[in-house]
This record gives sequence, C-alpha cells and structure tokens, in this order.
Amino acid sequence: MCGINTVKMNNDLVKLSAESVNLWFGSKQVLKNINIDFAPNQVTALIGPSGCGKSTLLRAFNRMHDLSPDARIEGKLVLEGQDLYDGHFSATQVRRRIGMVFQKANPFPKSIYENINYGLKINDIPKAERKGIIENALKESYIWDELKTELDKPATRLSGGQQQRLCIARAVALRPEVILMDEPCSALDPLSTLKIEELIVKLKKDYTIVIVTHNMQQAQRVADKTVFMYLGEVIEEGETKELFNNPKNELTGNYVKGRFG
Amino acid sequence: MKLAAREKIDDAVKLLFRTTGLLVIAILGGIFFMLIWNSVAFFLKIKPLDFITGTQWNPSGSNAEYGILPLLVSTCLVTLGAMTIAIPLGIGTAAFLSEYAGKRLKSILKPVIEMLAAVPSVAIGFLGIVILGPGIAELTGQSNGLNALNGAILLAVMALPTIITVTEDALHGVPQSYREASYGVGANKWQTLIRVTIPAAAPGILAAVMLGVGRAIGETMTVLMATGNASAFPKGFFHSVRTITATIAIEMGEVPYQTTHYYALFAIAAVLFLITLAVNLIGEYFVNKFRKYQAA
Repeated sequence: MCGINTVKMNNDLVKLSAESVNLWFGSKQVLKNINIDFAPNQVTALIGPSGCGKSTLLRAFNRMHDLSPDARIEGKLVLEGQDLYDGHFSATQVRRRIGMVFQKANPFPKSIYENINYGLKINDIPKAERKGIIENALKESYIWDELKTELDKPATRLSGGQQQRLCIARAVALRPEVILMDEPCSALDPLSTLKIEELIVKLKKDYTIVIVTHNMQQAQRVADKTVFMYLGEVIEEGETKELFNNPKNELTGNYVKGRFG
Repeated sequence: MKLAAREKIDDAVKLLFRTTGLLVIAILGGIFFMLIWNSVAFFLKIKPLDFITGTQWNPSGSNAEYGILPLLVSTCLVTLGAMTIAIPLGIGTAAFLSEYAGKRLKSILKPVIEMLAAVPSVAIGFLGIVILGPGIAELTGQSNGLNALNGAILLAVMALPTIITVTEDALHGVPQSYREASYGVGANKWQTLIRVTIPAAAPGILAAVMLGVGRAIGETMTVLMATGNASAFPKGFFHSVRTITATIAIEMGEVPYQTTHYYALFAIAAVLFLITLAVNLIGEYFVNKFRKYQAA
C-alpha cells in the first residue's frame, strides 16, 4: 500500500482509484497511464467517443478482464487502499464488493425471484434472510410495486427497462460498495432511461457509482463528477458542471459540444 | 442464347430438382410401406399381443415363438448402459472444451473427437472382441466378455462424438452476457457452469442426448460383434444379449423367403424404425426449441 493512498483514505475522499494503469489486449494498448480517484457516495460519469477505453477501464475494476486470456494489466487498481490485483482478493471477492450493471440488460433465464436469489446463494447468504433481502433490493430499485405479484414469472418476459432495473436490484442485493454501470440505458426508451437515472441518483447515498455513458445529457443529469477519456487516456476530469461549461482542454470542449464523437 | 431457350432450361432444371426431391421422399415412404406391408403379413399369422408380450424369441424351433421382449430389453439395456457412460462423459468433455480449454488445445481436441465418429463400427466391434472382451472376462471371472456391458461401452464410445459436438455447440451458444452476469455477482467458473450455462443450454444438451440415443439404438455391427448374441431373455449387464439390430442382421441372410420368420424380422424392424423415429423427432424438437430460444 503506498503512502499517498493512506492519506487519501484518511480524508475519506477516495473510495476507488486507478494508479498509472496501463492495459493491453494482445499487443494493442487500450488504456494509457490512467490515474483517477472516485469519491465515495458520488456518481462519476466516464464519457468519451467509442473505443476510448471507458468500458475497458470500468471492467478492470471488477476484474472482468480476468476472463480474456490476452488482456494484460499494469499499475494499481485500488479499493479502499487495497490493490484489487495483488492476490489479497480473489476475483469473486472483488466482484462481491464491486457490483456491475451491463450495457444490455442480462437477466438470467430464470424467474424474477431466482435472478436475485442466485447471487445470494452464490455468496452463502442464509436462506432465512434471502426473502427479505430480495424484497428490499426490489424496493430499492423501485420495481417492487410493479413486480411483487409476479416474482415467479420468467425475467426475460419483462420490458427492457424493467429488466435493467432488475439487474440493478440483483447488484444491489449483495450490498456492494461500488456499482459499475456500463451504458445501462443505451438500449432503453426515454421513459425507462428516466426511471433508471432517478434510481441512480437515489442509490448514491448508499453506494459509490461509476457510470459509462454516451449520452451527454445523461452525464449532466446524474453525475457529480465527469471524466473525459480519449484514445485510452484521461484527458480531463472535474465537477460535471465545470467540465461541461468550462472545459479546460480543447478536445473536451469539442466533444461535449458534439463536434466529434 | 435466346430467351425461349433459357426459359426451357430453367423449366427443365426445375423439373429435375423437383424429381430428386420427391425421389427421396418416395424412398423413405417406400421403406416405411415395405416394413408395414410385411409386418401386416406377420400379424395375420401371429397375434400382436403374443408378439409384444412373448418372452421367447425362438423362430427356428419346432414350436416357433416370436416374442420381441427379449430383443427389446436387450436393445434398451445396451442403450441405457451406453448412455449412462456417454452422457456424463460427453457433457463433461463438452463443458471442458467450451469453458476451460485454451484455444490451442481446443483446436486439437475438436477435430480429434470428430475423427472418432469416422472410425468404422466394425473396427470398434473388433476392439470389443480382442481387448474389451478379454478384459471384462478377466475382471468378472467369466469364460468370455461378450455381453451387454461390452456392447454398452463400445456404443458409448460411438455416441460420444455426437453428444460432445452438439453439447459443445449448445454451451457455446449461451450468450456471454449470462456468464458475465453470473461472474458479476461473484460466482466462480464452476458455479457459473452448473447453475447458469448448463441450464441455459439444456434444450441443446437434451437434443444431443437424444441424437446419441438414436445412434446407439440403431447401431448393428458393433453390438453384433460384442454382445454374444444369446437369444435367452437378458439377465443383466454381465450376460450375453441379443439386440433387435443384431437379430435382423444374423437371421435375415438365412431365413426362407416369405415364411412367418421372414415376416417376423420385418415386424421387429418396424418396431426399431418407430423407436428411432420417435427418438429423432424428440431430438429435433429440442434442437428447434434451442434455436428459437437463442434467437429470442
């Protein structure tokens, strides 16, 4: 553990951070010297054109790249002062503490109840507690009222927006500390998007949220901080309002004004 | 070329292809008709109930008996044994190929497994006689090892390539997003495989199993060589059995034309045909169900 981190921890300003992270797929470098801190109980948006590495960075935090044999990571990814890759944690422990919501809603082909119950079973949560946790997670994700009478129905029959909120409930049920969201609304209609955005803002009192988005309005609606990435590098980061209204970097300015992307 | 000439060629080709297409259907229909026709001739002489419930197959004795049960039980016994071995082995291999094996290993293993399907059944039967048979005889203390177990093991080997290939396709077809979702809540590879990937691929795996069963039931040469062919009612895996296919193969060459015995062989062939037809239809049903599910 390096000293600078401990100091940050004492100030209680950093929940999750990347320190000099480089990442390659085969011989192609996708992330270049990434340094970012994510503050607790805040929503941070990662924005940038397609292929800039924002999803790759997001997935590095819960070790999803462990699954691709040609991915190679250098540098440190740190959760509360502890390196996620130094052997201290197993990948499954990391994913328990850092939940993920994917771009396309991916409920299991099981019932609504089982979709959340699955993660509880995997993590050895006692049977007696599960029912309450599931109900609570659905309430937290604001789909309890819609779904409470049909918990035994297949989750794949829900609408896209409901499926995505179920996936958020699935992540929330495990009480992670951080929730990563990879373009959670990209496949949804405006109304469902709005509901998810409201949910994100409400969830931040309990969780640290990092969201990748292509939608600039969405970043401004939900994010406290915004990070602009381009070609695998962090170009600029700051308070969302500041970054959108007074970008310091010319690239950032062009991107947020929609001149390229 | 003139327009009229081109139109003529077009019509001719259309006719040609229609003929070949209809011909295949006609051949299948012809086989079916022949089986039924000869079976009817059989059932005019022997009561269907005696055929179905008779426990003796002894067509050449002075008091001929035509009970299909010993043959049917033999076929089922060998097939059941083969599937007991081949299903876990096949699904396990497919899971290894799809989830665990590295790219290079997979690129070697897959063609090798497919090559296994190309080994002629007579060669596998040969192995049953010279290697497996003596081995089983030694282990069980019997005089020879030509029995249901021997046939079951060989049929398992023959059904494996089908089961592995189709199961692997089914597992491979499970969307990666399901696996990611499972890993995302902290599941490891094994939990993901058992609780998410295999259940999601279940229709495809069932299809694989049914195709394997179809392969085992219809196989003739291997069981003919390896199971001993005693026509007594089968007593178990360590006893000699005689399947429907082997019976037809053995007796058809020697039976006098258009005798009751001759017709009897058609009747058991018809039963076999119906069983494999049913198994294949069930297999197809699950294959289609899996495709639909994948498209959704």
